[in-house]
Order: sequence, then C-alpha cells, then structure tokens
Amino acid sequence: MLINGAQAVLESLKKEGVDVVFGYPGGAVLTLYDELYKMNFRHILTRHEQGAVHAADGYARATGKVGVVFATSGPGATNLVTGIATAAIDSVPLVCITGQVGNPYIGKDSFQEADVCGITTPITKHNYLVKDAKTLPRVIKEAFFIARTGRPGPVVIDVAKDVFDTKIEYEYPVKVRLKGYNGDYTGNAKEIDAAVEAIEQAKRPLVFVGGGVVGSDMANEIRAICERLAAPVTCTLLGLGSVSAGTKGFLGFAGMHGSYAANMAIMNADLLLCIGMRFSDRVTGKVSEFAPKAKIVHFEIDPAEVNKNVEVDLRVLGDLRWSLPILRKKLFARAKNFAAEFAPWLEEVTKMQAEHPFGYSEEGDVIKPAALIKKVSELCDDDTIAVTDVGQHQMWAAQFFDVKQPRHFLTSGGQGTMGYGLPAAMGAKVGCPKKRVVLFTGDGSIMMNCQEFATIADNDLDVKVVVVHNSILGMVGQWQRLFYSHHYSQSELKGKTDFVKLAEAMGVKGYRLTKKEELNTELPRILAEEGAALIDVIVPEEEDVLPMVPGGKRLDQMVLGGN
Amino acid sequence: MEKYLLAVLVDNKPGVLTHVSGLISRRAFNIESISAGYTEEPEVTRINIVVSVESENELEQVINQLSKLIDVIKIVNLSKAESIARELVMIKIRATKENRADIIDIVNVFRAKIVDVTKENVVIELTGQQHKIDALVEVLSEYKIIEIARTGAIALSRGPVPVKNM
Repeated sequence: MLINGAQAVLESLKKEGVDVVFGYPGGAVLTLYDELYKMNFRHILTRHEQGAVHAADGYARATGKVGVVFATSGPGATNLVTGIATAAIDSVPLVCITGQVGNPYIGKDSFQEADVCGITTPITKHNYLVKDAKTLPRVIKEAFFIARTGRPGPVVIDVAKDVFDTKIEYEYPVKVRLKGYNGDYTGNAKEIDAAVEAIEQAKRPLVFVGGGVVGSDMANEIRAICERLAAPVTCTLLGLGSVSAGTKGFLGFAGMHGSYAANMAIMNADLLLCIGMRFSDRVTGKVSEFAPKAKIVHFEIDPAEVNKNVEVDLRVLGDLRWSLPILRKKLFARAKNFAAEFAPWLEEVTKMQAEHPFGYSEEGDVIKPAALIKKVSELCDDDTIAVTDVGQHQMWAAQFFDVKQPRHFLTSGGQGTMGYGLPAAMGAKVGCPKKRVVLFTGDGSIMMNCQEFATIADNDLDVKVVVVHNSILGMVGQWQRLFYSHHYSQSELKGKTDFVKLAEAMGVKGYRLTKKEELNTELPRILAEEGAALIDVIVPEEEDVLPMVPGGKRLDQMVLGGN
Repeated sequence: MEKYLLAVLVDNKPGVLTHVSGLISRRAFNIESISAGYTEEPEVTRINIVVSVESENELEQVINQLSKLIDVIKIVNLSKAESIARELVMIKIRATKENRADIIDIVNVFRAKIVDVTKENVVIELTGQQHKIDALVEVLSEYKIIEIARTGAIALSRGPVPVKNM
C-alpha cells in the first residue's frame, strides 16, 4: 500500500487501537491534520498544547490505554514539556507525535524549530526523531510497545515535516525487535518465596500499595492478598483506590499529609510489603528513619527503583502482573492463620485510626474545605472518577474523598503539576463517557489551563469542577504561615476574578456557594444536573492541611490537627 | 570514591549519546571519562564510561539507570572482570633547542612517541594505563605544556569471551 507519512501515522494509530487523539494543529503538522480530516479520525482540539497532553494523561490514567497527543514543532512541542514530565514521573503511558521542521531546515534555527528530542530526553521513557519516512511504521510500533509495557511512560516521536508528505510502501510490523528492551518482566519466583517466608515470620506487617498496583490493574490481587493476611494496609497518593475506602484495616494514604495511623504503622511495623512504589520523599519523611523497625520487601518492576531512596531487605523484581498472583497463591496455600497472628497488631492500628481520623473543625457558618469534599464524596457513586489539581485541595481530596476503585483518583503526584486537573478531568471524561467525573481544584490551579473550559463546553463533556476558593495559594500560604512568619509573599489571590463568569464566558455553567447550608440545599442539585459546571465554593483562607510531617522530620513527628 | 570502568553496548543510532549523557547529568552521577566508538558489529556502538561512586549501592544505581535506556543493549562492569584498560594521551609541549633532548629522554623512559616536531614544540603520544599517563603528565609539568588531549579509558576483558556474551 503506497501512502504518505501522515496516512501511515493514522493507519498505525488505528492498528494500535487508538480511538481519539488530543492535539493542536500548526505548520509542521498540516499534512497530518489534512489526513486526519479526510479520515475523520476522532480528535479533541484543546485550547493549549499543555491541555492536550494533560488530557491524554487523564485519558490514559482513567482507561489504562495509551494517551495520544499531536502538536506542531517549536512552541507546540515545548508546550507539551510539563505534561510529559508529569506523565513520566507518574508512569503514565503516552505517545506524543510532534511535527519537526522539514529535513533541510533541521539545525538551521528555522522558524518554529526546537530540539524536541534534546529537550524531552530527560522526561521520556524514549524518544525518536524521524527523518526517514520508511522508518515511521517501525518507530510507531516501537513507541506504543515501549509506552505501554514494563514500567509505562511517555514516548515522543518527533517527525520532520516532509516525512508526512513522503510516500512509502506501508506495512505495519507485527513484531517489535529491540536489542535492549523486550518488555518481559518475569522475575525469579524464589524472591517471592523469600517474601512469603518474611510474612510468616512477621508479627506486625503492613501492606504499602503504590501507583504501580493501579497502573498494572492489580488491585483485585492486592485486595485478595490483604483479605488473606488481614493485615493493615496503606497506600501512596497514587495508590488510592487500590483498596476501597472504608475497607477494614485500610488506614488511608501515608506520608506528609497522610493519616496518623498509616504513618505510625510504618514507624512501628516489623514488616513492610511495599508494592509498586518508589519511596518518594513525600512518603518517607526523614528517609534515614523511615520504617526503622521493619524488614522492607519491595515488589517492583523497575530495578533502578530498588535501593534508590530506601535500602530494602528483600526485593521481588518483576511485573506485578507476574508477582502478585503468585504471591496470592502461595499465601493461600499456607496453612498459617495469618488473621489470628496479626489480629493484635491490626487492632492496635485500627484503634489509632479511630482515635486520630482525618479531621477538621466544624465551627462557624463558613464552608470548610474538608466538609465540602466529604459532601461531594457522599453525593457521588462508587464509579465516580475524582480528579484533582495540586495544592491544599489535592490533599483534602486525598483525605476526604472516598475512592472506591483503582483508576478513579487522578492526580499529579510526582511532579505536583498545577493546571493538571481541568484537562485531565476532560481526558478522563472522553475515555469514560459513562462515568461521572468530578474535579477538585483551587483558585490558583484552575487559572493554569482554565482555557480548557472552552474545550469542555464545545465537546459537551460533563465535568463538574469544584473550585475550593480560599483566595490564596493555599499550600504556599500554609508553609509561609508555619515557617515564614506569616509572610504571605505573593501567595494572596484577592483579585477581581469572577470564576462563575469565567466559566460562563466559555460556555460552562457557573455557580457559587458561600454558606454552609448550601452544601445541602444547592450542591446536590448542581451535581445532579446534566452538563459541565463550575462550582465556585468560597472557603476560609487560613485553613491548614493536617496532619503534616514537616520537611526533614520523621513520619511519627506529625503536626496533628482536627477534632 | 571508587572508580569503575563500565563497557556499555548501545544501538548505533542518532540520539544515543544524548540519551546516555543526559541520564548521567540528570541523575548527578560522577563521570571521570566517557568515550564511544564503533565495534565489530556495525549496528552496535561501545561506550566506555569510567564512573566514580561512593558505594556499591551507587554503582548499582548507575548501572540500573543506564540499563533502563531503551537503546542500551548491555552493560558490563569491567572492573569486576579480569580486564585490560588503556588510555591514549597526546601532549603538546613547548620544546626549544636547549630542552628538547631532556624531553626526548623522558619520552623514551615512558616508551612514549614523538609524533610531531617543530622548531618550537613537540607532540608526544602515549598509550597506557591511567596511572602511567598521569605520571608522564606529572613529569612533563616541569615544562611548558601547551595542551593535552586524553581519550579516557577503554577496556576489554581478558580471555576469548566478548562483553556481549558476558
């Protein structure tokens, strides 16, 4: 089949099962967009390339499929950088196809030229510059394979403009042949035996679930394992949903703003089963005194994560899709009554959980952010996808929104990218049109990428946007309050912006809630309405996210709060 | 700080050196030297890296992080295997009628070679282990060194087995 490079790209996407692309056209991708037009390929036109890449990220996290992005050369591609970095650190599979200036113009500082491979090398799993059209089918095949296998991640394919116009004899490869990468992460089962042995020896084990469990769709295995062990379980921010909120023994997430019980359990456990996580500084607190009494077992696909931040005692290297089913079978094959063995420990931590739940003070007529999120959580069904931006509201959402399923809590964990939320929620809705999508954002975050309200309106995407509006960059303000003598340096947002009008100007309904009782009188009705809406909820400015482990402190040195 | 010599086999494709050097810089690894060249297989490039690390753990990190790069085919720590390492240096040195004979004496003692001579200077070439090269540079530092170019170490394992089969 003799077709041009642009057709080859789209044919290859079809073969990879791609049903939608998020993107923004421009000079270097005109031929690609012309073929897209002729083929009637589904494409969501965002209002900023950053919106496109976060949307593809939200789509990928919600569906488990690879998110696909198109952008043009130069600024089009550089606008993807934040989104690619966000996806990379959270192991989200993306394929970003960017136009590059034509072959004769590369390296000449041509119009809209940027070294996209150079720029994206540190933030991609892999990248390609395609200068020869004949290599295009192979490169796309490899890119999808690399993005979705192993530890997933973003792949950039930078395509010289003239490659899109070049006719090639098209044949899509059936197999990928990469000398240094085969995508097979089967490990050594003896390592699992050692882990089982360690569990047999333990008296105070804690299961610690990371984003890898969500990314590999292994939540059911984890739930079965936790049920068999009847041991307490905690998670990282990205692990939320692996274990359903409300499950007995589930302590909520751990780390800087994690639950008292989870952090204390880490400090007092004699065995930590860390599954698909990377020991981020937000989770470990003072790293040299993380889990001081515990033998640490690390189930991990990426060998470079083992011993990177925390030295572990045992490792089970390999895909969780390989290791967890084996672990489950081996645990069920044991005669030991784990539940009886671990019962005193479980009781100890659930008592701590009951004594120090996530809390907040109800005083005053104002709407407390935590109360708002709790209310939204109550009004949502178990199949609701909660998306967050970054800051205080993100932590409150993690604390107070009951996430029941994996892939139902989407948040920028590793990068902490403000402006992630709105486009990611949009991408999640595109991927899961039948599910309710609720975004929690702040008056800081929403302004980064608020242009995407236009995309949401034009595509009739029913996303409910809850703006936790405290007139300050809340997390910055909290740190300034605690560590910088209340100097609110450039963090106050007491401006004239009217978020209701902002949404309405772009075709999205807007509402404002200011009084406590409106959580009961107005909120249920607004959430039940058809179509996108922004709900501007006015909350007090000086509200801290607690508990909090101050930077450099041990996990048991939390500042507590609440009632 | 311990030094280790890593033989890294990579795909001979554009962008590979960017991937390798980019990774080294973003992970803040200490690299003493890095050199790359063709191999017996046209599609494979061999990169020789001398890395300086605080601990075995850090070395494991360097190797694991490099292994993650898609275009890295294989990494062997040649400091662990029986191996021969060599480096090439070229030294341009000011040499006058008065001191040329002294310099030639030194060159002979080190079994180095003079590969270029003018009225004002000589260029000395030496291949050897790093400490030998360091010693020559040290001795010559008494004279006016104009410039030095060093390749960094390359290495092969002893015996018949190539790195790709190790």
